[in-house]
Amino acid sequence: MKSLEELRELRKKVEKEIKMRKDNSAPKIIIGMGTCGIAAGAREILQAVMEEINKRDLDVEVSQTGCIGMCEKEPLMDVKLPGKDRITYGNLKKEDVKRIIVNHIINTNVVAELVIARLEE
Amino acid sequence: MKEKIYRSHVLICTGTGCVSSGSKNIKHELQDELADNNLLDEIKIVETGCHGFCEKGPIMIVYPEGVFYCQLKKEDVQEIVQEHLLKGRIVDRLLFKEPLTEESIPSYKDIDFYKKQHRIALANCGKIDPESIEEYIANNGYEAAGKALTEMTPAEIIEEVKSSGLRGRGGGGFPTGLKWEFAYKQDSDKKYVICNADEGDPGAFMDRSILEGDPHKIIEGMIICGYAIGADEGYVYVRAEYPLAIKRLQKAISNAEELGLLGDNIFSSGFNFKLNIKKGAGAFVCGEETALMASIEGKRGMPNPRPPYPAEKGLWGKPTNINNVESYANIPHIIAKGAEKFSSIGTENSKGTKVFALTGKIKNTGLVEVPMGTTLREVVFDIGGGLTEGKKFKAIQTGGPSGGCIPSNYLDLPIDYDSLLEVGAMMGSGGMVVMDDSTCMVDVARFFLSFTQSESCGKCTPCREGTKRMLEILNRICQGEGEQGDILLLEEFGHHIKETALCGLGQSAPNPVLSTIKYFKKEYESHIYDKRCPAGVCSELSAAFVINKEECVGCGQCVKVCPVDAVIRDKEENYSIDDNLCISCGACAQKCPVDAIKQG
Repeated sequence: MKSLEELRELRKKVEKEIKMRKDNSAPKIIIGMGTCGIAAGAREILQAVMEEINKRDLDVEVSQTGCIGMCEKEPLMDVKLPGKDRITYGNLKKEDVKRIIVNHIINTNVVAELVIARLEE
Repeated sequence: MKEKIYRSHVLICTGTGCVSSGSKNIKHELQDELADNNLLDEIKIVETGCHGFCEKGPIMIVYPEGVFYCQLKKEDVQEIVQEHLLKGRIVDRLLFKEPLTEESIPSYKDIDFYKKQHRIALANCGKIDPESIEEYIANNGYEAAGKALTEMTPAEIIEEVKSSGLRGRGGGGFPTGLKWEFAYKQDSDKKYVICNADEGDPGAFMDRSILEGDPHKIIEGMIICGYAIGADEGYVYVRAEYPLAIKRLQKAISNAEELGLLGDNIFSSGFNFKLNIKKGAGAFVCGEETALMASIEGKRGMPNPRPPYPAEKGLWGKPTNINNVESYANIPHIIAKGAEKFSSIGTENSKGTKVFALTGKIKNTGLVEVPMGTTLREVVFDIGGGLTEGKKFKAIQTGGPSGGCIPSNYLDLPIDYDSLLEVGAMMGSGGMVVMDDSTCMVDVARFFLSFTQSESCGKCTPCREGTKRMLEILNRICQGEGEQGDILLLEEFGHHIKETALCGLGQSAPNPVLSTIKYFKKEYESHIYDKRCPAGVCSELSAAFVINKEECVGCGQCVKVCPVDAVIRDKEENYSIDDNLCISCGACAQKCPVDAIKQG
């Protein structure tokens, strides 16, 4: 270790690794993983989400939830940006994931045509 | 290379406590289940050090939610994977339940056991993988060492440690900054830094948990100390009975060497530091600093008179600074966050926090770290969850074999170095044994004294002969052969040994006896004069057990469990106990499903 700067550089690199174990204000993605969700392809949606996050090196917390009753519209995925409303997207296909992540998570523009519900902050 | 991002981290405790309750099996099962469900790419398994809540092991924490699962069995793993990791549904039956309310608590942050703690020395334990230097660095690790070596002078560091008010956590409570200053002021071509990890108190496992759970913190603390006093070499003296601690420390040292955090010219400051591990053979007296250094030098582990203090003539005759594991574990925090932040916690003369190993007749045994000045009541009842079912608090023993027993009227005593000394106990390294009304205080004193007596190195007469004579008297008392004058004799012996023994072991050995005489004299008196052990522990002095015929259901379990065949069953299936044979061990009463057996 040559200098404090070098240590801090290294820390920046490894910090992401353990970020989820701290209280953080990262955007959240919640995927409906009830039986209905899984049957409608929620696993593929979740895998696509992880792929995008890894590809773009994003700081996003991904979690799952059970059936919320809108089985008809599965797969469902919620996006919650800090301080913003929780948006529910439905009837998703694998290809939609990239659009939502780029527009909503990165550029904070809700993808209006895929939205099926909005939960206020 | 970019690190892969996972959607969930599953932390499994692999401290010694959880390993012995089966956490390795849990980990293997989890690995298999994740593989079967194609989840290995999404979920990362992290092995961590001790979470402190050993009573509830094996422990697992699932992030990002921070859900705390406890007392897991191999069969539970599949359910966690299927329900929680796949579907996001928390498995309620495996959550921790608050003992009073029976309410399940998902997040470990909300559990009383953790809520009342303040973790500085244990901050990383259970949160990071102790075998990953990257995770330590990600949690601001080595920042304090970098700051110390590149931005501070040795004198500034010592000033910072002094004004933090940190006192030695091994038990003595000597101000750490002052100790460093003595070593710093010595003019010598070679100096040493030693970490005392020879944890020997029965039931104590603070140091082991820190070494197992966060070894880099000790290395960082020692680097800072080495730089401050001008030493280029250090030793960690750790008992060979701690194989996991040694293994993780070894790995940590080689990882730190690879990154240039140990070795030559660290942080381009011109400062060199190398660290060695010395395995101790496990003699209790080697926890005494002069005996410890003799042991490193390859000599027999026996104490030497002080002065000269280690700061003047220590290891191989060179100036040496020796601190306990927990003391070093506080150093990075003090340097990184500043002395003021540290000294804002605690009491007037005892700053910061203290780690205690909480054991005995208590619901939540484990490792806790609380601010100095926390009362015994808060530790025993709020964090410890109170006593096990239906038992009444009798005393708390602090400081291990060198400490004393504190009775219930001192429960509201704020814990710090001085308050404990005032009541005849001591901080010691942080063992805390809770005792209920089924404990015989004479027997407790005898237990601790027999420990120090057998661990006495034999060098000085007061300790070698004195503790032996005291133990003989206690043995007599417990066997019903106590005589008038025994209590006075014990007190006289005790005070003489305290004043004349060569080292801390001897000087503190009479403490358990003296403190129990002070607070529980009546128990000694009933042993000696009434030939009766009120708690029913000393078998020669306890009444035989009697079976209440009205309540007896005739299950016969007492017959099976009696070690001396004293339970008799007659032809009419009536049970009774032969009081000539009964040794009052109480095994039958414990086994009886309807509580029909009582001491007569």
